[in-house]
Amino acid sequence: MAKQYETVIGLEVHVELATKTKIFCGCSTEFGGAPNTHTCPVCTGMPGSLPVLNRQVVNYAIAVGLATNCEITQYCKFDRKNYFYPDNPQNYQISQLYLPICRNGHVDIETADGRKSVGIHEIHMEEDAGKLIHDEWEDCSLVDYNRSGVPLIEIVSEPDMRSAEEVTAYLEKLRMTIQYLGASDCKLNEGSMRADVNLSVREIGAEEFGTRTEMKNLNSFKAITRAIENERERQIDLLESGQQVEQETRRWDDAGEYSYAMRSKEDAQDYRYFPDPDLVPVYISDEWLEEIRSSRPELREEKMERYKREFDLPDYDIGIITGSKRMADLFEETVAICSQPKKVSNWIMGETLRLLKERNMDAGDIRFSPENLAKLIGLVESKAVNSTVAKEVFEVMFDEDIDPEAYVEEKGLKTVNDEAALRSAVEAVIDANPQSVEDYRGGREKAIGFLVGQTMKAMKGKADPGMINRILKELL
Amino acid sequence: MDLLAYSAVELSAAIKEGKTTAVEAMEAVLAKIDEKESGIHAYVTIDREAALESAARVQKKIEAGELTGPLAGVPVAIKDNMCTEGMLTTCSSKILGNFIPTFSAEAVLNLEKAGAVLIGKTNMDEFAMGSTTETSAYGETKNPWNLEHVPGGSSGGSAAAVAAGECFFALGSDTGGSIRQPASFCGVVGLKPTYGTVSRYGLIAYGSSLDQIGPLTKNVSDCAAVLEAIASHDSKDSTSVERDDTDFTSALSADVTGMKIGIPRDYFGEGLDARVKEAVLAAAKALEEKGAVVEEFDLSLVEYAIPAYYTIAAAEASSNLERFDGVKYGYRTPEYEGLHNMYKKTRSEGFGAEVKRRIMLGSFVLSSGYYDAYYLKALKVKAMIKKAFDDAFVKYDCILGPVAPTTALRLGESLSDPLKMYLGDIYTISVNLAGLPGISVPCGRDAKGLPIGLQLIADSFREKTLIRAAYTYEQLRGEFGTAI
Repeated sequence: MAKQYETVIGLEVHVELATKTKIFCGCSTEFGGAPNTHTCPVCTGMPGSLPVLNRQVVNYAIAVGLATNCEITQYCKFDRKNYFYPDNPQNYQISQLYLPICRNGHVDIETADGRKSVGIHEIHMEEDAGKLIHDEWEDCSLVDYNRSGVPLIEIVSEPDMRSAEEVTAYLEKLRMTIQYLGASDCKLNEGSMRADVNLSVREIGAEEFGTRTEMKNLNSFKAITRAIENERERQIDLLESGQQVEQETRRWDDAGEYSYAMRSKEDAQDYRYFPDPDLVPVYISDEWLEEIRSSRPELREEKMERYKREFDLPDYDIGIITGSKRMADLFEETVAICSQPKKVSNWIMGETLRLLKERNMDAGDIRFSPENLAKLIGLVESKAVNSTVAKEVFEVMFDEDIDPEAYVEEKGLKTVNDEAALRSAVEAVIDANPQSVEDYRGGREKAIGFLVGQTMKAMKGKADPGMINRILKELL
Repeated sequence: MDLLAYSAVELSAAIKEGKTTAVEAMEAVLAKIDEKESGIHAYVTIDREAALESAARVQKKIEAGELTGPLAGVPVAIKDNMCTEGMLTTCSSKILGNFIPTFSAEAVLNLEKAGAVLIGKTNMDEFAMGSTTETSAYGETKNPWNLEHVPGGSSGGSAAAVAAGECFFALGSDTGGSIRQPASFCGVVGLKPTYGTVSRYGLIAYGSSLDQIGPLTKNVSDCAAVLEAIASHDSKDSTSVERDDTDFTSALSADVTGMKIGIPRDYFGEGLDARVKEAVLAAAKALEEKGAVVEEFDLSLVEYAIPAYYTIAAAEASSNLERFDGVKYGYRTPEYEGLHNMYKKTRSEGFGAEVKRRIMLGSFVLSSGYYDAYYLKALKVKAMIKKAFDDAFVKYDCILGPVAPTTALRLGESLSDPLKMYLGDIYTISVNLAGLPGISVPCGRDAKGLPIGLQLIADSFREKTLIRAAYTYEQLRGEFGTAI
């Protein structure tokens, strides 16, 4: 009988924090921007420059640590990790090794196999590196330091996960928690959340862990799942054919669905970590901790329970709406204006999701304001527009965040409630469609639908279909 | 009167009184530079045009009453490891041979605000690593008192420039004695402030936890005035301290009545030159006669200071100097194959022997498996040394001893024996390890006429005690004479 293997997975997750300025200088952290425009002597490693810690970075790290049940290291320090690479202007990265800010936490995840707890070994703060761009044409490399010094936290899990499903659930859980804390937008595709997967396999029942590899360049949940399946198979194949797994760092090629070795343990560098003498130790007082603890925003689970209690929405809808902090915020802010939770939920679950999918967008990219959504709901409620027109207006609002009231006014989309005007339109339709009139009178109820449609067309869609229906029935 | 006979503070007063002008003072300094510089080589960079232009600008501001401080109009020289916007800043290294900073060090800005006028940048041991100014990539500086001898280091250019009248005062930096020892060798006053008193922003780091900028001056009064101008809290330097007692000139009173002065026996043992010992003890005697209470005591741990210092300073330096890689600024080797070859050749060609020695030493003590045995142990020794000083300052207001075991060595003498050079730092480096303030004041000359320095050390934030004791001694001593 073939041997049965178990996969053992631990994750190193880097999250870019949502501070306005960098971790050790006042430069903007904004994504994009012309190369080397968000830079200063500090984040380009100019001689004589010195780092000064951005306190907000510590606030976010503590918030994430508390939300993941970590112990907070109240006396923590920054260390230098020394290695030469041009994307790293000082040739050392300021990070934390000896006294990381958070330790010994856990998060609970839920998969088809049930609930389980994933341990968090530590969370530390560090600075991001710049970006190297190789110019094939000129055969030279260029460096952009806009990202250099953007604050990161690295969340190191224990090797507690056993499948790609558990990894996905763990990452989702982290992402939701961190988004809800407002500490990061956690976008895998933009690199504001990056995961490295440490994976080994062992025979089921074995006590010892197998030799692990570290997989890099995983830019989506799908890539992570594929890489895990692939690496598990690769390691099992090696073991089955009597070979050994090498401890190494591998790079995932998602297009080719394979990985290749980047560097082996033998090439491992000695980073010569030591406490950064340019920074003073961070002492986190009890008061500081309490300040962060007491200002913690509502997390997803709490929000889900409250939505059920306050708004009585279906579990499925609550799951979707709270599945993104942006969407939940939009929902709540709109409800606060119009007090119509069901209607708001319908707009989100229906048209918003449809358009997001159609435009290939993320909930985080939603541009329209709660005020405008509330106005649109008001227009429908007062029967100022019919539902078809409302959907058209919504689409424009979704793309351009227009004011629906002004838009409807300007484009003349208001439902015509003028009885006389409608009546004459209906009469014209009856005159023009004797066959349908005959059919209806002959007992074919459906024929009235065609006549309503023709009237709507004549009114250019700006009529209340209920009213047309009533007038038609009267006249026929 | 010869303008160069003025101290910095006297010169500024004379300018304000209309007896002379900032431009005349600068012209006098430049003339002295023309006369002496070829023999002494105190400077790496001199910008005559800019110096005269800013002197004229400052003179106008003085006349307009906009600059009233005690350093307004005074020509100053800056050690070449402090960034000066638009002016070459080399650290006396080939690797920064073309480096022009985009900003000025905070201490330099403070001096500009005070109206001091920059002459140029002074020579030093490469990246401040050395005690003789012989490791400079741009040639050694010579002692103005005797051109066969070194000026000390690493702030040798600054000390020599002050001693030779090639400036009225200078800034140096002190990581293990680099202000006090050259001040001693060149017969000028040098003060290393409490760690955190002067911003390190813009100082190109050697050993970040030990580096401190300080003044080199003709006398103690100038020293107090310059320290008062450069000491400031700086939010750009995390290790900068907020102090409300930086009115150092208020401590210029010739009164040491009741001041308790401790003389560590450990500082007067083997290796100390007899003439140096005699001069330093005579100075102690003079202070005692003026009313100070002087007694001997055992400081302890002195022999551990050198290994602890060279471990910590080299460790920090090995990391601080990683940024000099040929990628962003400074020297890059002309021919290379690939990134790693470029790094290797650039750094091999760009750094001198002493810098490479300390980078290797520092990389070794931080490497995995040795970190605990060397680096961590050195940090523990550092803490113990601090404790020994804390204990001493329970009993004493200040500690008195020599600055260096000998007077200035002959050129080339220590270069062939680095260990000998390291041992010369024995009386100065524990002050840096403990973060304390220390001052060097001329107190005599040896048989060859070379100056001897008296060192006074006080507890953290007690610069005023140092200034008072040093000023009192200076008054008792009388004119020291000059090498001008």
